[in-house]
Amino acid sequence: MEFLIATGIGAMTAAGIYLMLRRRTFPVILGLSLLSYAVNLFLVSSGRIAINQPPVIQAGVSEYTDPLPQALVLTAIVIGFAMTAFVLVLAVKARTETGSDDVDGGA
Amino acid sequence: MTHLPVLPILIPALAGFALLLLQRASLPLQRGVSLIAAVLGLVVAVWAVTSAVETGPLVYELGSWPAPFGIVLVLDQLSALMVLLTAILSVTALTAASLRGDAAGRVFHALFQFQLMGIQGAFLTGDIFNLFVFFEILLIASYGLLLHGQGAPRMRAGIKYVVVNLTGSALFLVAVALLYGATGTLNMADIALALENLDPADRGLVQASALLFLVVFGTKAALLPVMFWLPDAYSAAPAPVASLFAIMTKIGVYAILRVYTLCFAPLGDDAGAFIAPWLLGAALLTLAVGMIGVLASRRLRQLVAYMTIASVGTMLIPVAMFTQQGVAAALYYLVHSTLTVAALFLLAEPISRGRHGSDDHLEPGPALASGNTLGLWFMALAVAAAGVPPLSGFLGKAMILRESAGHDMAAWIWAVILVTSLLAVVSFSRAGSVLFWKVDQNTAPGARVTGSELAPVATLGGLIVALTVFAAPVQDYTRSTAAALIAPQSYIDAVVDYGVEGRADAIHQSETPTGH
Repeated sequence: MEFLIATGIGAMTAAGIYLMLRRRTFPVILGLSLLSYAVNLFLVSSGRIAINQPPVIQAGVSEYTDPLPQALVLTAIVIGFAMTAFVLVLAVKARTETGSDDVDGGA
Repeated sequence: MTHLPVLPILIPALAGFALLLLQRASLPLQRGVSLIAAVLGLVVAVWAVTSAVETGPLVYELGSWPAPFGIVLVLDQLSALMVLLTAILSVTALTAASLRGDAAGRVFHALFQFQLMGIQGAFLTGDIFNLFVFFEILLIASYGLLLHGQGAPRMRAGIKYVVVNLTGSALFLVAVALLYGATGTLNMADIALALENLDPADRGLVQASALLFLVVFGTKAALLPVMFWLPDAYSAAPAPVASLFAIMTKIGVYAILRVYTLCFAPLGDDAGAFIAPWLLGAALLTLAVGMIGVLASRRLRQLVAYMTIASVGTMLIPVAMFTQQGVAAALYYLVHSTLTVAALFLLAEPISRGRHGSDDHLEPGPALASGNTLGLWFMALAVAAAGVPPLSGFLGKAMILRESAGHDMAAWIWAVILVTSLLAVVSFSRAGSVLFWKVDQNTAPGARVTGSELAPVATLGGLIVALTVFAAPVQDYTRSTAAALIAPQSYIDAVVDYGVEGRADAIHQSETPTGH
């Protein structure tokens, strides 16, 4: 499981960074999204990987998962979602205003 | 429990929501609400500074959950100073916007208040994840403000600004996750205690997290090599917004000061010792490259934007020494440079408007109708910015030079600061003589500038003079602030209290099997 999550984070980060270095805005935004997925997974795994275990104290249970990273990742997802929506609108607006989808706004 | 620490966040939050409801109301009403909130914020900020001096760090437990379980706001002298500086800039920037520039979009005032809320929250929070959230609030408001009024150059600058900051936010989360994974807490004071008993196996993770934080905060502060987003963004922003943005780079400086003197202090022998060489090198290069940018600028706003970068470099040089005197000198220079840059951005607006076609390009253009008034203000602010006697820039640089005299790298520090000061004098004299003296007589002069339009610039100018005249009391304040930063025990004691047995035992007793 650790291997799967670690490789997943690595692959998404690599793809995200590659796309973010592209010249046109759409791949850059895709790259940002991939990077934020990778970061969210990383944030969840910072509470250690515990499968099928409750986050809140219950009678008769001795193994728990850490609830805090889940709360953090929820916040990060909401913020990431809003930012992606904003940057998409901005990219479309910049395309109409500058006549180009180049990140530098050139021809 | 006094509610003082939450007020600087609550006032702009409530005003922001009220202004959203009022967005179809008349502009004078919106201006009134916005200005009243800003003035109230200023009163509260003065109150915050006096109580931080009298009572030491004030801790506010949100939802009455004690630290480290709940999120706390902490008002210490450093936070109070930054809150006051932000409040001052908010009043002058709002006045300038109300005189000109806020009519281009309906939600200017609401965005402005949310931006203030984010900035004040970032200065006051004692929780590292909460710091991330406030960063996002201030960033999303700043995106709106930067694009306010629209136009192709702002769109172009906006895309880059947003993408760079989103990447910064992603790195911030990685750094927080690493730190949480190693310490199991997010409260900054509690992190410091947890790192005192750090498992040696986790040391590498924590150091990686500390270095990642330097990249993140360096991006906010516009440190080399992550500062290339700034010149375009700041020079494209409307003047009042750019003048408020003068505090934005200082949020990065604040975060560097806070995190490395508090959280990561247990990692090295001295506060921030293992980060210092990186920070000092980056600061020196930032100052040098920023000042070369000033010299090469072909527009006035661009010149001021590069001046912002250079000033960040200047103030991070003494920060990188992590001594009480060094940090005190840095704080004095921080106040000075924030006021100066904000005033210069405000002054660039009437200058470029008075030169119609030539705008703020540094090339011969039409004569300015109010050239003498504007020219005198420009000269005074240039003197302050370049660090020439008699204004506060000179005092700040002199303090930095004195405190760095005993440092291993003193020769480099002195050389870079002195040479860049000379470059600043050259650049400002050249810009001033082109703008005010190289006049193209064939074109008609532009519109006159009324006295009230210069009121915000004059207010900031007056504060720079006050900072020079009352340098001694300000220096006393920055010295005691720096002392509390270098020895953060009083801050930690105010936030978390594990009783006599200490953190390790307290955690052990109440341990729930969470797998840590």
